[in-house]
Amino acid sequence: MSLTNEIVKQKVEEKFGESVKAFTEADFGLLTFEVDRAKAIDLMQFLRDDETLRFNFLTTMCGVHYPDNEIERQFAVVYHMHNWLDNVRIRFKAFLNGENPEVESATRVFLTANWMEREGYDFYGINFIGHPDLRRILNMDEMVSFPMRKQFPLEDGGRTDKDDRYFGREPQNSNLN
Amino acid sequence: MSEIVVKSIEDKYAELIKQRENADGSELSILNLGPVHPATHGIFQNVLLMDGERIIEAESTIGYIHRAFEKISENRPFYQITPLTDRMNYCSSPINNMGWWLTVEKLLGIEVPKRAQYIRVIMMELARIADHLVCNSILAVDTGAFTGFLYVFQYREKIYEIYEEMCGARLTTNMGRMGGMERDLSDTAYRKIRTFLKEFPAVFKEFEELVSRNRIFMDRCINVGAISAEKAMSYGFTGPNLRAAGVDYDVRIMNPYSSYQDFEFDVPVGKSGDTYDRYCVRNAEIWQSVKIIQQAMDNLPSGPYHADVPDYYLPPKEDVYQNMEALIYHFKIVMGEIPVPKAEVYHSVEGGNGELGFYLISDGSRVPYRLHFRRPCFIYYQAFTEMVKGHLLSDAIVMLSSLNVIAGELDA
Repeated sequence: MSLTNEIVKQKVEEKFGESVKAFTEADFGLLTFEVDRAKAIDLMQFLRDDETLRFNFLTTMCGVHYPDNEIERQFAVVYHMHNWLDNVRIRFKAFLNGENPEVESATRVFLTANWMEREGYDFYGINFIGHPDLRRILNMDEMVSFPMRKQFPLEDGGRTDKDDRYFGREPQNSNLN
Repeated sequence: MSEIVVKSIEDKYAELIKQRENADGSELSILNLGPVHPATHGIFQNVLLMDGERIIEAESTIGYIHRAFEKISENRPFYQITPLTDRMNYCSSPINNMGWWLTVEKLLGIEVPKRAQYIRVIMMELARIADHLVCNSILAVDTGAFTGFLYVFQYREKIYEIYEEMCGARLTTNMGRMGGMERDLSDTAYRKIRTFLKEFPAVFKEFEELVSRNRIFMDRCINVGAISAEKAMSYGFTGPNLRAAGVDYDVRIMNPYSSYQDFEFDVPVGKSGDTYDRYCVRNAEIWQSVKIIQQAMDNLPSGPYHADVPDYYLPPKEDVYQNMEALIYHFKIVMGEIPVPKAEVYHSVEGGNGELGFYLISDGSRVPYRLHFRRPCFIYYQAFTEMVKGHLLSDAIVMLSSLNVIAGELDA
């Protein structure tokens, strides 16, 4: 019997109850859900060590910034895991506080989390508690800002020639046509 | 700008040097390998703590060619992101391009015609051959064998000529379009691929005969930089480097994309995960790629080379100059005025060095809200500092080339 999204969902809900929510398969059947930040790494360890789930591989993780959300949900860390035996992928997100984004480090579960978390710190200033060496990785050490945050626009905010309204479009493209 | 990085690492080592006194009066030393050392094939620095020729500790500094692709992507329509992707792993740009188009097509729900999928497979496998050729022949150069490198590089050149025929560019290809390819296989391209398939096997066989069983090469590679399967998986290894350790994980088999399920090919695996196994796995993969291209050429379906999606696929250039409707669509697509759903997708392809993933969050605007690249080099290069411990300096150079760390992909 191969592993299905239903089994994963059931198992995870059984173990973590209220801490996991918002299950969806919107991304072409890829099971996606949210987890409380306090439980994120426990969940990862559970997913890896449970005998049925066997998510043996941390594919990738990255930060996301949502400045328009309420303060408790302004940052997210998105984890992608993969079970190579049953070939099932999942994605889960932990939302973090906008003032003080911090979450436990995943380095105790997967060695590969080391540089991924350093990248998350470098780009978003997310503090991964328990990381052995949380320094900047791609940007220079002297940098003071966290460049991937949305408050740092790539181009001069005063530029008007690239205003979407001149092209007769709405801010949202989804309703086009 | 108070203190530079190198100094702080050296400070850490200064303590160790002071603590340890060898009986013969020798002492530990610090060696800066890189960032512009000719043997590192890219810009990355390793500060090594050495006892004579043996490496005791290492510390990598990366980011020398960090170009903030993820940030730039948040400001660019989908069409303008492809040139960014081919600057990641510049040894196999078409794979990156196709990976990106496949992600976008998944988001937009575009069904690509069979012929376009097969042409993409041909291009991706040619790219894989080019990538592995570079890696393996450079590995031979690092162990002192120059001839093989010059010999097979002629054939990398021939692959580039095929790219040129398909998209006009050689290294940073910007190949493909949303929904297919920008042009069909031309007669010249067809002929060039056929010639390549005919001539390349003999040349590559000769390369293997020159290098694979060469005593010096074997002594330099066997048991150098071995990594266990468990460790490799925990470090997030994918691609040839993981398969060399004995795990047969291949995205082309696990999650077939672009019709890979139609082709018959093997996934070569190694045993010990050392430099020699990595070399052998790459060689075997080249043979498999040749096999795939052969099958794709023989069974190339007829039909259109792109999907019929006028909202996303650029109209033919002649029409743009003659026809108002085409001009409007051209303008709309170039400006990113395309209908995009609000969604999140993850899609991965088997890149030259492993699972190349694209995690795209779209908020319905013309640019991605967030685009994250899973870059295999970035993920597995962190194991390097642990792998070199206890090895000789010359082994570190060989390990670095056999891991095939591409600076562009490492730093993005």
